[in-house]
Amino acid sequence: MTAVDDRPQAAPEIGNARRRKEDQRLVTGRTKWTDNIQLPGMLHLAMVRSPFAHAKIGAIETSEAKAVPGVMAVYTSADIADIQGVCITAWPVTADQKTPDHLPMPGDRVAHAGEIVAVVVARSAAVARDAAELVDVDYEELPAVLDLKAATTDEVLAHPGLETNKSAFWQLDSKGGGTGGDIEEAIAKAREGGIVIEREYRQQRLIPAFMEPRSTVVDPTGEQVVMWSATQIPHVLRFCIAATTGLPESKIRVIAPDVGGGFGGKLQSTPEEFITLAVARKLGKPIKYTETRSETMVSAHHGRDQWQKLTLAAEKDGTVTGLKVDLICDLGAYAAIVGGGVPVLGAWMFNSIYKFDAYQFNCTNYYTNKTWVDAYRGAGRPEATYAIERMMDELAAEVGVDPLEIREKNWIRHDEFPFTTVAGMTYDSGNYEAATEKAKELFGYDELRAEQKRRRDEKDPVQLGIGVSTFTEMCGLAPSRVLGSLNYGAGGWESASIRMLATGTVEVITGASAHGQGHETAWSQIVADRLGVPFESVEVLHGDTQIAPKGMDTYGSRSLVVGGEALVLAADKVIEKAKPFAAHMLEASVDDLEFSQGRFTVKGTDKGVGITDIALGAFAGHDYPEGVEPSIDADATYDPVNFSFPHGTHLCAMEVDTETGQSTMRKYVCVDDIGNIINPLIVEGQVHGGLVQGIAQALWEGAEYDEQGTLVSGSFVDYTLPTSADTISFVTDHTTSPATSNTLGTKGVGEAGTIASTPAVVNAVVDALRPFGVDDVLMPCTPERVWKAIQSGGGTQDAETTSAQQAHFDEGTPNQDPAAGTTDGVVQ
Amino acid sequence: MTRITVTVDGVPYSDEVEPRMLLVHYLREVVGKVGTVVGCDTSNCGACTVHLDGHSVKSCNMLAVQADGREVTTIEGLATGGELHPMQAAFHENHALQCGYCTPGMIMQAVDLLQHNPNPSEDEIRQGMEGNLCRCTGYHNIVKAVAAAAGSMSSERSDA
Repeated sequence: MTAVDDRPQAAPEIGNARRRKEDQRLVTGRTKWTDNIQLPGMLHLAMVRSPFAHAKIGAIETSEAKAVPGVMAVYTSADIADIQGVCITAWPVTADQKTPDHLPMPGDRVAHAGEIVAVVVARSAAVARDAAELVDVDYEELPAVLDLKAATTDEVLAHPGLETNKSAFWQLDSKGGGTGGDIEEAIAKAREGGIVIEREYRQQRLIPAFMEPRSTVVDPTGEQVVMWSATQIPHVLRFCIAATTGLPESKIRVIAPDVGGGFGGKLQSTPEEFITLAVARKLGKPIKYTETRSETMVSAHHGRDQWQKLTLAAEKDGTVTGLKVDLICDLGAYAAIVGGGVPVLGAWMFNSIYKFDAYQFNCTNYYTNKTWVDAYRGAGRPEATYAIERMMDELAAEVGVDPLEIREKNWIRHDEFPFTTVAGMTYDSGNYEAATEKAKELFGYDELRAEQKRRRDEKDPVQLGIGVSTFTEMCGLAPSRVLGSLNYGAGGWESASIRMLATGTVEVITGASAHGQGHETAWSQIVADRLGVPFESVEVLHGDTQIAPKGMDTYGSRSLVVGGEALVLAADKVIEKAKPFAAHMLEASVDDLEFSQGRFTVKGTDKGVGITDIALGAFAGHDYPEGVEPSIDADATYDPVNFSFPHGTHLCAMEVDTETGQSTMRKYVCVDDIGNIINPLIVEGQVHGGLVQGIAQALWEGAEYDEQGTLVSGSFVDYTLPTSADTISFVTDHTTSPATSNTLGTKGVGEAGTIASTPAVVNAVVDALRPFGVDDVLMPCTPERVWKAIQSGGGTQDAETTSAQQAHFDEGTPNQDPAAGTTDGVVQ
Repeated sequence: MTRITVTVDGVPYSDEVEPRMLLVHYLREVVGKVGTVVGCDTSNCGACTVHLDGHSVKSCNMLAVQADGREVTTIEGLATGGELHPMQAAFHENHALQCGYCTPGMIMQAVDLLQHNPNPSEDEIRQGMEGNLCRCTGYHNIVKAVAAAAGSMSSERSDA
């Protein structure tokens, strides 16, 4: 045990582009998706869903379905009333928030199309689906409120019992909160001698569209009820089940096996999970429910969906003096688990990287008879970032300067950190100048601006637009006390355990529950460095409440900045616990020991012992010091002291064909500052994926309902996810301003790309069209909308974009193309 | 029920199936090849892509009975002798997967793409992979991986 350490000096794992441990099973198809699970006697479910957006449920005739061979039962709400539980909201944003009851299977009334009114249990999924077609439900249709602006009038109520569609009003005011000046004064002053810019932007409704449809298996046959589910939040889900179904928490085990993406979309306790559990308990048999993609689209929660009214006050030179934000937000039919809190997360982000004197954020949430809305990648921050980054471009256009110049005039300089913003957040570190400089260089900013000018001068039918987004965001949810002060129903801590196994390997247990992020790899790197053990010796366990009993799970770019710090705490505890063992084995005082690269050595001697040898010694327990337990394993729970504030500069070049409205991305450069990087390969992957989701909001995606409340973009045929052929390769790089609020100096990266990219793209499209008098295009910026914006020489926010007939076909006017007949073919 | 005989990943199987059963459900539920997954119900996503007689098909888009007498290769049959197929290795090396749900279909489609076009340009890769959706990677690293695999597979060929 005192043998000389002959290992080569190990390179640090942190910062190393390690290939992922997870990949081997994923590239060979040896995966553990929930839908893969088969248990003895397992039965399958099919849900009967309402086709109506709002209706009273009448008689439900199930006898025909029950008669189908292979059908074991058909249940309606009354059959599972005492055990079905409730879908709860964790964040009533105000004490007087109106929150409709949300039963997994309502018995009296459905409030959106896709709600479940009955469930068929059968020996195969195919038989269950066939029989579900035979369940006959009487509906009495009720008036449905579908449009968000219409919802604000209360003319039609989503839930008549609430007597209003308004859920809650939430405000942050810099004057009232003592963090800045009076917004009304700032606006009044700007109206007299400065600049006031007023805009209304639309955040369309999006669908998270994780690739693995949701699936739940419940096995009630053991002492504990075991639920496997395609979820981001096994621990939170267990809490929700215990809190609402009468099952003691200790009798519930929730497992999130391999989970195929989430993006916030699996941050939910779902009706489907509760119903599968209820059926399993009722029949005492293992039950599986796997949804079809069409069911995902209509029943899994959606994201975004806001109208944003913005008033920006500035001096003549472009120095911003105030920003007022008035949001109306569509929660859909119910307050989901984060629900009304999602838009509220934007409160601290509309002021972004800028120094505003006065700020006010007003948010009113409404219910409609549409699918519920909750977190989708970015959750509140993309909406805020979009608004402010669009507004900064509008201000630049008004002042007549480059969009980067107007930002630089207003942003927090690198020597001003830490900086407390007008919204009351303290940003710990950042360097907007450095990220912008690097991005400009990689982009070839000046050259592209020159080309843009040239093409404008030449009246090129394909115009070039350059879009800027200098974003920041707050992530790493979250300091528990802050969450408490906001009336959030849980803490924001994370937990970790480290087990030093007798044979030299290390088990790391984390409460963060990955679904594609690569925790097994990154966590191994952190622990390998901290404990001085080989990367390969570390095994990361997660996603099972029996293996990882404590956790707050994975969302809000929190895993590394919160869960990673819990690992550090646990590793440091292991080292502390190992110290007396080392002193005992080396016959030295603990004060004379040094720990480095996995070994304790006695200062000034060549005597040493490895931590894995100590683990073996503790396991044997034959000879250990007095007064300590024979174990060096450790648990830790970390509560963050602050959010983390990644930032970056994103630059996008779009080519817009002014004759067809088609936009094509030419170049995209982003320089993100996410503090210290554990694994650059994983970081790059997170950025790429985030970018495309944000770009998709700008250009392609939108959940659309018809006037009956039917989701018309209800499959992958109509909800147009980008493909490889729609996208380009990106240039990504970094600057590094380590976070000062945590040990590793890291900041979150999971949502950064999505938050930053949407305004960069739309700013580029609008920039291309400014010579045509265009200052806005409604998202997604389809060719039709772009073309119409060019034709009308203005924004498209008020334009009827789906039903308006093209002017080209107006009676008696054979050709209305304004470009026809001009000599250069370009619309002026 | 109809009896079909299908060779899956080199092993012959003979089973009674409902004539309406999709090939992907036969693979997953009857043969137990759960490496091949279902991502949609409109044949848009390509997660279920396998090879039928050596060519890629979306296995949700054909019936099990149509595979009677034919040979199916799934993601589970691609690696040989304990060695990853060069495309699997390239996906790993280039971080072309995150959650991994689309990965089996992506890899099977990419292998087929290179059979038709051993040295594709970036644009040809992007066009050739457009029937397979991924929500995690933004495609950037998938395109890189396919290009890298093309390089390593063509150098293997020239070595042979």
